[in-house]
Amino acid sequence: MTDLRLAFLSDFADALDFIFNTREAQTGGVEVGGLAEVLDFTWEHVKISAVATGIACGVAIPVGLGLGHAGKGELLAISISNVGRAVPSLALIAFFVAYLGVGFTNVTLALVLLALPPILTNTYVGVRQVDRDVIDAGRGMGLRPDQVVRRIELPLALPSIFGGIRTSAVNVVATATIAPLAGVLTLGDYILSANVYGQDGRLAGAMLVALLAIAVELFFAAMQRLAVPRGLALQQPAG
Amino acid sequence: MKRGHFVALMAALTMLACGALLAACGDDDSGSGDSGSGNAQLIEANPDNAGKEITVGSKNFTEQFILGEIYAQALDAAGYDVKKDLNLGSEQIALRALKGGDVDAYPEYTSTALTSFFDVQPQDIPKDAEQAVDEAQSQFADEGLVAYQPTPFTSANAVGILKEKADELGVQTVSDLEGKSQDLTLYGSPECRQRLDCLVGLQEDYGLRFQKFTPIDIGLRYDVLDKGQADLSIIFTTDAQLSTRDDVVTLEDDRQVFPPGNVTFVARQQAAEEAGPDLQQTVETVQEGLTERVMQELNARVDVDREEPRAVARAYLRESGYIE
Repeated sequence: MTDLRLAFLSDFADALDFIFNTREAQTGGVEVGGLAEVLDFTWEHVKISAVATGIACGVAIPVGLGLGHAGKGELLAISISNVGRAVPSLALIAFFVAYLGVGFTNVTLALVLLALPPILTNTYVGVRQVDRDVIDAGRGMGLRPDQVVRRIELPLALPSIFGGIRTSAVNVVATATIAPLAGVLTLGDYILSANVYGQDGRLAGAMLVALLAIAVELFFAAMQRLAVPRGLALQQPAG
Repeated sequence: MKRGHFVALMAALTMLACGALLAACGDDDSGSGDSGSGNAQLIEANPDNAGKEITVGSKNFTEQFILGEIYAQALDAAGYDVKKDLNLGSEQIALRALKGGDVDAYPEYTSTALTSFFDVQPQDIPKDAEQAVDEAQSQFADEGLVAYQPTPFTSANAVGILKEKADELGVQTVSDLEGKSQDLTLYGSPECRQRLDCLVGLQEDYGLRFQKFTPIDIGLRYDVLDKGQADLSIIFTTDAQLSTRDDVVTLEDDRQVFPPGNVTFVARQQAAEEAGPDLQQTVETVQEGLTERVMQELNARVDVDREEPRAVARAYLRESGYIE
């Protein structure tokens, strides 16, 4: 038991060493690992994840607000966006190769399709959950429909929307590990090319991706808390 | 051999074959009683092997699936109690599974074994297949593993290019790319980027600089050529496409960056001893027909015709007369 635990710890120590110090590749000839390379891959990983999540927000939030406000068409929209999630991202990438080639655009699009459904669904549900009395009061005060959306429905749906973004962002960060299969060198390269980086590199890659996902999760959890309008926060616990 | 023994043996053989190949028995006429005797190569079930369990592994791509199936089905015909674990992933995972006892044996390329497991530089790999195997065998032996005789076919990486493009550029060898490569895009597996027997070797040994190297899923290695994204793509010499298409050619590796790899069946010493002599004999017999041409054809049946590796392996064994 102790031996097993020690072996476990030494695996982690080796992975940490891989992150901070360069070493010769398992296959020889080149230096791999080390902080500079790790930061390069991390930056690429964060960049593609942020762009994909950002685009998904830009598409899903307006659509979700519109559908939620109108209260119809959600079955169609949610069914369509769920198709993006049902098809594995790797298959999407292979499919897009014919039209977009491989590279940043291709991977981003595949990740956007992965990120859309939770944001769309949460936006729609968030808007539908707004107390009808509040909307009626707004209308009574003479707000136009677009003002109802912007000044009542959107603020009150924000916690739910951020919950959706949080789910999507974590999915995207985890899935961006396949990007090296389509020309973008993210942290996934450590996991996919273990023959080059060795088992230490693979474990280091897995640890870094997990850390990144946890960081993203915590960031959006904080955002979600901040997004709760003060009036609601008094009524119920945040989140 | 006494007549009674012979009948008993045949009955045992038929039962074993049917029992282990239940699914296969349903869709063919192997129950008709045609013994197929007279074929010297036919693998006969040895009653001594009954109850001896062998788990055959393989890595996770077409050629490996087919090889794993061929060995597994042949050993099954020899009377062993065969289990399969044919999707182990990369060689590092396969080696771990082998040493850890999850599998008893799996097919590995001698070149891969020497470079990935035993830190041999690609240029130091013996060009002669027998020598490469000898070296791999002695290295494996230190690890408590035995490597059997190699397959006739050799599988290596190669620089693939559309024939039209090759004619346009006037290139036949990798060296011919000199002075042209800076305008060409090269695609290969993510691993290729940092391997001496891939991009690094092309850069250092040939002194080539490419416009861009793009890592891709190896499943897309022909797609990127077809779609015009890649001028050059790293492919394998046993690829099905090379036997079925004449618009793709490989550039001759005139400075030997890509080491040739024959396949050797690697088993754990202990498992091999427990299995007895039939293991080695069966393995080395069934692979005799596996030339480069045959391997390309078998790969083509899976990759192009979308047949199951299991069925393709069975057809090979049957057509070669190893099983009925």
